[in-house]
Amino acid sequence: MSAEGLLPRARGSAEVPAATGETVVETVGLTRRFTVREGVRRRQVSAVEDLTVRIGAGEAVGYIGANGAGKSTTIKMLAGILVPTAGTVRTCGLRPVKDRRRLARQIGVVFGQRSQLWWDLPVWESLRILAAIHALPAARRRARTDELVERLEMAEFWSVPVRQLSLGQRMRAEIAAALLHSPRLVILDEPTIGLDVLSKQRLREFLVEERAAYGTTLLLTTHDMGDVARLCERVLVIDHGRLAFDGALAGLAGAAGADRVLVVDLAEPAADLEVAGVVAARHLGSEGRGLRQRLAFDAEATTAARVLAAVSALVEVVDFRVEEPDIEDVVRRLYAATRHPPDAPAARRS
Amino acid sequence: MVEPPAVEPLAAVSAVASAAVAASGPVVAEPVAGWRDRLRPYRAVLASRARSQLSYRTNFVLDLVSSLLSAVVELAEVWVVFHAATRLGGLEFRQMLLVFGLADLAFSLADLVFGHCDRLPTYLRAGMLDVFYLRPQPLLAQLITSEVSLRRLARASVGLVALVVGLVLCDIDWRPAAVVLLVSSLLSGVAVFAALFVAAGGLQFFLVDGREMTNAFVYGGRYAATQPASVWGRPLRLVFGFFVPMAFTGYLPALVLLGLPGPVWLPGWLGWCAPVAAVWAWSVALGCWRLGVRHYQGGGG
Amino acid sequence: MRVTVRVYWLLLAAGFRRQATYRLAALSGLVTNVTFGLLKVAVLLGAVRAAGGEVGGYDVAQMSTYIWLSQAMLGSVNFWGASEFAERIKDGQVAVDFLRPLDVQAATVTVEVGQGLFAFLPRGVPQLAIGGLVVGMTWPRSVVLVVLGVVSLLMAVVISAATVYLVATAGFWLVETRGVQLVYMVASGFLAGLFVPISLFPRWLELVAQATPCPSMLMYPVTILADRVDVAGACVLLAVQGFWLVVVGGAGQVLTRAGRRRLEIQGG
Repeated sequence: MSAEGLLPRARGSAEVPAATGETVVETVGLTRRFTVREGVRRRQVSAVEDLTVRIGAGEAVGYIGANGAGKSTTIKMLAGILVPTAGTVRTCGLRPVKDRRRLARQIGVVFGQRSQLWWDLPVWESLRILAAIHALPAARRRARTDELVERLEMAEFWSVPVRQLSLGQRMRAEIAAALLHSPRLVILDEPTIGLDVLSKQRLREFLVEERAAYGTTLLLTTHDMGDVARLCERVLVIDHGRLAFDGALAGLAGAAGADRVLVVDLAEPAADLEVAGVVAARHLGSEGRGLRQRLAFDAEATTAARVLAAVSALVEVVDFRVEEPDIEDVVRRLYAATRHPPDAPAARRS
Repeated sequence: MVEPPAVEPLAAVSAVASAAVAASGPVVAEPVAGWRDRLRPYRAVLASRARSQLSYRTNFVLDLVSSLLSAVVELAEVWVVFHAATRLGGLEFRQMLLVFGLADLAFSLADLVFGHCDRLPTYLRAGMLDVFYLRPQPLLAQLITSEVSLRRLARASVGLVALVVGLVLCDIDWRPAAVVLLVSSLLSGVAVFAALFVAAGGLQFFLVDGREMTNAFVYGGRYAATQPASVWGRPLRLVFGFFVPMAFTGYLPALVLLGLPGPVWLPGWLGWCAPVAAVWAWSVALGCWRLGVRHYQGGGG
Repeated sequence: MRVTVRVYWLLLAAGFRRQATYRLAALSGLVTNVTFGLLKVAVLLGAVRAAGGEVGGYDVAQMSTYIWLSQAMLGSVNFWGASEFAERIKDGQVAVDFLRPLDVQAATVTVEVGQGLFAFLPRGVPQLAIGGLVVGMTWPRSVVLVVLGVVSLLMAVVISAATVYLVATAGFWLVETRGVQLVYMVASGFLAGLFVPISLFPRWLELVAQATPCPSMLMYPVTILADRVDVAGACVLLAVQGFWLVVVGGAGQVLTRAGRRRLEIQGG
């Protein structure tokens, strides 16, 4: 089911160890339905429907979908918090619910909204308690803590109580908490939500390094195409509980047209910019009599700088910004594409 | 007391990483054996909770004082009734002190360790329970050891004083059996109240918006336990005498110590049976907890 | 004037509606209150019988009325001391309240009273019904007394809301108001006669209670409705309640202004 082997290396990622073929996550027909009460009537709502996926050791997989598409439900089933309605799930070769306590030693999870840390304790104390919880021997605890402090740049807030941390600092501390026991599988639920560009970048770099060093398997849900582009070589798209796409990021971009957009503000009104002859970019639209124009470009084929240069050659640019493609948008377009299959070779629907 | 930041001299990230691989590698922590090791995680959490409470000095003193005052007020309520009626349910106030002391000390000690278990919806809302799932200890053990309320010590001291005063003022035949009875009843009483908190936690998986429901038997139970059970009508005797075995935490053992006969449905010899009540309460509590967890995993939560 | 009345009416209704969304919570509260009520019945009726049919001026029927009425009022009167307003002061949201063209004290108290009155439907009425059916209760001998009792009951809810508001205003000066709230929580219910009527107290303790606004929040309406006083006595109790309402309300008004000045000087 997985697309490994076909995968191009993720852009921007460091040397990534090849997947070893060992299976870390395996679901077959995984289904989870909830009963929703509407007044007196009860209705079955399917959060995850017939999900069959295999993730090999060392893979980095982006798990994307709109809000309420079933991402969190899947993660909870992988971690042993929720019992599946049907189908089977194995995480690190274990049955998540039955073998929860053994599984806990092998996985690390960062839930975007729930904290592993003790809000009134300094970061170091939270990590020390977690080390005791995971029964790390003192020597290993020290080595691993030193390593995480260094690589996540936590020294500056090491003694600060968690409640006083900035969002970016807190997320770094959360990641350290989830990775302290060197789990084989790390699941990250919206790790970069709300972070500024620099914090996002740092976090992504750390995760890339962590993978490179230990061959850790990564599974992350996100709304940020940048996360997927920089961290994952494989993407799973879930929509209304069903797997809508499983394959390489490039394939997704191809299937859905996940272009980035350059927005330029011009000094003077201008006609719609036409740069297709120079770079792989196309005009999307103009506002304010052409004072602001939007150009879509394929990040695989060219760069924002080249598009900007091409535009600057024609008109005077006062200001500009680059918009990442929105995941929901990508998914929507993927849907449009898969409903008219001819131009969507990489998309598979289960 | 702050651990110095553990920062090594700057080194190339890859070097640090590969060194760490050599040192540890992505090894999975081995499950540990031995009681000391197994208790270490719980000790670590509890010690930090205790330290944290003590570090907010003013707050902690305030909590102690309010906890003390509320226990004093509860005792005052009992005293006021006896002040107006002199004898109630066949007991005088000094005898009532024994009942109050036994039950309230047991409740306070249980509250100290288990009191937060009946605030499960708070844990659910904060996502704490999902976090417990990610740790290699049993959920209930994690919940119980996630907090300790040292301020209840103040409350316990009121119960202890009432008990000691009651023991001194009443005419008690201090045979060894009486000591055994006193100790076993107190321990069983703590266990019974602890079970109430755990049962409340289990039921609150279903009652997220209605957590107050469990107050009926937890705090209602505490109130019942500090009454002479002889004033209860038959329905109350069934409910708080046996189903939620409150009479076993204070009244019934006190009857045996005082050498008094019991009322209808609550014969004096039941005073020896507090441990049985504790076993019953815990089987119900664990049942409730298991049902609750199953409900939560089933997605009702 | 009419506009203002309308605004307060809308606030009252909002408080009402807000409570209506917590049906399971209301049921839970009811179950707990009834349990406590039944236990109080056992002890206090036991005390009445042990004392030979009357204790502190209460016979069995009057004591039953006392128990169920005071239980019924629990959801409407705040003996907890915590309030949303205290939270709003703590997190600085109160600055927004001051921007509205409404008296902050009046608006806050009105919402609280709205919630309190609503709570009387799911929590109060069923308890009165249970108490009346299972245990039996007595009622005032005249309609005038019933009316005075209901007025007194409304006053109790208002005084409670105004007092809790007063407790919350401490937050303008103290970083941590828990101390004040905890003292209120420990003392108010006891002094209001929640567990034992204050006429059962030893004389000195009864005097202590009467020197606080607490009995006005519970004991006095119950005294009137349990047929313990005649019309003149009821009027005296209402006058005492009026006195406390003025004291508590006035203090709240003064402290709100002072607190507002403090916020403006310190910039929130």
